[in-house]
Amino acid sequence: MATDTLHHGATPEPHEHHDTTGTKLFGFWVYLMSDLVIFGSLFATYAVLMKGTAAGPTAADIFELPFVLVETFLLLFSSFTFGMGVLAMNAERLGQVKAWLGITFLLGAAFVGMEVYEFQHLIHQGYGPDQSAFLSSFFTLVGTHGLHVTVGLVWILVMLVQLSTKGITPMTRPRILCLSLFWHFLDIVWICVFSFVYLMGVL
Amino acid sequence: MFGKLTLEAIPYHEPIIMVVAVFMAIGGAALLGALTYYRKWGWLWNEWFTSVDHKKLGIMYFVVALVMLLRGFADAIMMRTQLAMAAGGAAGYLPPEHYDQIFTAHGVIMIFFVAMPMVIGLMNLVVPLQIGARDVAFPFLNNLSFWLCAVSAILVNISLVVGEFDKTGWLAYAALSGIEFSPGVGVDYWIWALQISGIGTTLTGINFFVTILKMRTKGMTLFRMPIFTWTSLCANVLIIASFPILTATIALLTLDRYFGMHFFTNDFGGNMMMYVNLIWAWGHPEVYILILPAFGVFSEVIATFARKRLFGYKTMVWATVAITLLSFIVWLHHFFTMGAGANVNAFFGIMTMIIAIPTGVKVFNWLFTIFRGSLELTSPVLWTLGFIITFTLGGMTGVMLALPAANFVLHNSLFGIAHFHNVIIGGVVFGMMAGLTYWFPKAFGFTLSEKWGKRSFWCWFIGFYVAFMPLYELSFFGAVRRMQSYANPEWQPWMILAWVGAVIIMMGIACTIIQFWVSIRDRKLNADLTGDPWDGRTLEWSTSSPAPFYNFARSPEVGDIDSFWSQKQRSNEQLDDAPYTNIHMPRNTVAGPVISFVALILGFAMVWHIWWLAAFGALGVVVSFIARVFNEDIDYYVPAAEVARIEREHEKRKTSAPSSAASDREQTNYVEARA
Repeated sequence: MATDTLHHGATPEPHEHHDTTGTKLFGFWVYLMSDLVIFGSLFATYAVLMKGTAAGPTAADIFELPFVLVETFLLLFSSFTFGMGVLAMNAERLGQVKAWLGITFLLGAAFVGMEVYEFQHLIHQGYGPDQSAFLSSFFTLVGTHGLHVTVGLVWILVMLVQLSTKGITPMTRPRILCLSLFWHFLDIVWICVFSFVYLMGVL
Repeated sequence: MFGKLTLEAIPYHEPIIMVVAVFMAIGGAALLGALTYYRKWGWLWNEWFTSVDHKKLGIMYFVVALVMLLRGFADAIMMRTQLAMAAGGAAGYLPPEHYDQIFTAHGVIMIFFVAMPMVIGLMNLVVPLQIGARDVAFPFLNNLSFWLCAVSAILVNISLVVGEFDKTGWLAYAALSGIEFSPGVGVDYWIWALQISGIGTTLTGINFFVTILKMRTKGMTLFRMPIFTWTSLCANVLIIASFPILTATIALLTLDRYFGMHFFTNDFGGNMMMYVNLIWAWGHPEVYILILPAFGVFSEVIATFARKRLFGYKTMVWATVAITLLSFIVWLHHFFTMGAGANVNAFFGIMTMIIAIPTGVKVFNWLFTIFRGSLELTSPVLWTLGFIITFTLGGMTGVMLALPAANFVLHNSLFGIAHFHNVIIGGVVFGMMAGLTYWFPKAFGFTLSEKWGKRSFWCWFIGFYVAFMPLYELSFFGAVRRMQSYANPEWQPWMILAWVGAVIIMMGIACTIIQFWVSIRDRKLNADLTGDPWDGRTLEWSTSSPAPFYNFARSPEVGDIDSFWSQKQRSNEQLDDAPYTNIHMPRNTVAGPVISFVALILGFAMVWHIWWLAAFGALGVVVSFIARVFNEDIDYYVPAAEVARIEREHEKRKTSAPSSAASDREQTNYVEARA
């Protein structure tokens, strides 16, 4: 914060950055909570509309649990690899940070790829989002999560570029930490999707 | 190539719209011409558009709000004129489809592009100063939020001349707003304007929440914060928790309209009642986002001009927190008649009535602050007194509406219209006018004309009663809202009276415009040289007017509530002469205006189904945001010598002030002693 630096006797160097990591992380937490409200609205919508199948397929008809389980493990494992990346950053090991982020990217991309395949497969079978309220809410909830993961992938690419050009700096460090929060957050949301949508749908 | 957009989208055959369009074109051309002639483009861009200074952003929010107020009020006076004419089978001068657009535009504009920018503008101007901060937590996001709001206002105005606006009412209830019943572009304009500005509002909420919690100056604990900051904090909590619901709801409606999905359709399992629930789960907290900061303004104004500490500071805070929590469990009272069942209706009815308790606490706190104070009847105080009377009345009609049984009779009648104008004009508008007058010198360095401010108040106050009491009356005879004409000629005298009221309010708006004109003309006479024109109590009055861009040369320290006031009482205390230090400040940003402009292109292209342009707009948003992320030159230091120079100039102006702060202080000490 601006006031902190004042009390510690600021130096006049024009490009010295402040330690605003705490404020940024807190702000990002607050953002995540507001994003959670979006997911909450979509979960509520799904709960209201899941019976609205309009004589079309029900959840039990279209979900393939083994396929989704693989997706789930890809995402869970990517959270682990991101955690390793943050540990490497704390140890100031730039090469390792980039390697772990790279692995996380591949796992995340595989997850999104599988989801796109699942969607495309359903639409191909005639179960597109315009077929019933149930399918609309399913595609929207899962698709919104997928869109978030895609944004996370772009963010990882941006961070890989910045780590390569700038290294671990007061600018890149809080961004990696925020991205890490974002990534784990999406993992938690996915666990809810997996439980409420897929598992309960098939039960 | 241009999607659904053809030349026929421009309503040549509508003379009213064309006249308005011509006036807008002339006004716009005159403005652009003047800017070019006086070579002000560079100044405007460098000093204002790209600015991250929260005070300048606050002023720009107010500019947007006041311009849109004129637009929204034009809609209002058109509606009142139509209803004054269209009695007993007469058609009036507005055809139904045009009338429908006008009442929708009036609601959308007044809430989203007048009330919200005013409230957020005031928060921008005041909150960082009140907590002794130099800026907000995320200055770039603050600029971005403003521009997202501004371009959305532009999108709404584009709809006036290109295509049409929404005809569904301000909340675009499904299934009417679905593609089946509203195939035109009106709903799409509504969708994209609200989606873009709503995201900006969410960012503002996060920004100010973090600012208030993380950037308070030394010694300012939560329970030493000024009440306006407290109410802003609660309003921002409401924004963070409720605006994402709006974002999600509008997104679902978008999917229904653009991809043929079935969230809110009549068939294929859709559920339109879910739309009504979702939109009000946002919509009810929204009204508290508007009114809580207005409560904060009144608290500051009344304490300052009664020369007394606010009565019941802690109960005021807890009442605010209670209203914040309760506002999330009352949304169903907007649609008791939908048929949720007696028990559900009873629960929401009782919760709604309970809100009257903390609000009542506040009213008594204000009254007891006045009691044995030495109230100076300045124009902000007039707005406050007018508010206390009018809002209490509006609150009571609200409690009447909260009774489900009564609500079944009153629902969708003019009673509801009269009620919410009663609380929004009497609460939000009066509050924003009070706040505008009160903090204007802090923004510009001179006070507004009291004479014209008081005239404006009396016009608004009387005009409100003349315009809306007849609507309460008419509702008892069965007059419903959103009607373009009516069969019963006996209603016409009341409708004409309401029209007269609207004209009186128009005179109030004119008084405000004259007030600006006169005050700017006499700015040398009304200059605020001390930085403390009202003998204020909170930190914003401890710095110069207008506040320097860094707000405080030295970060202030706070020992209690109304810290600046008690500091003035101990005036013989040794002055702080510690040397100035370098001040860290954020740099201006071009990213805010650029991202928002491409978002405007995205919105417009989506409205008209111009897919290639929409893809360009979406890509533009992403690319310009990433470009911002790679910019490292985002802050700088103001050298201590420069700070010292600016502060010396302020001191010089202060000592040349005709009525010195010291004599004022003597006078108020006397008042305190007497109390």
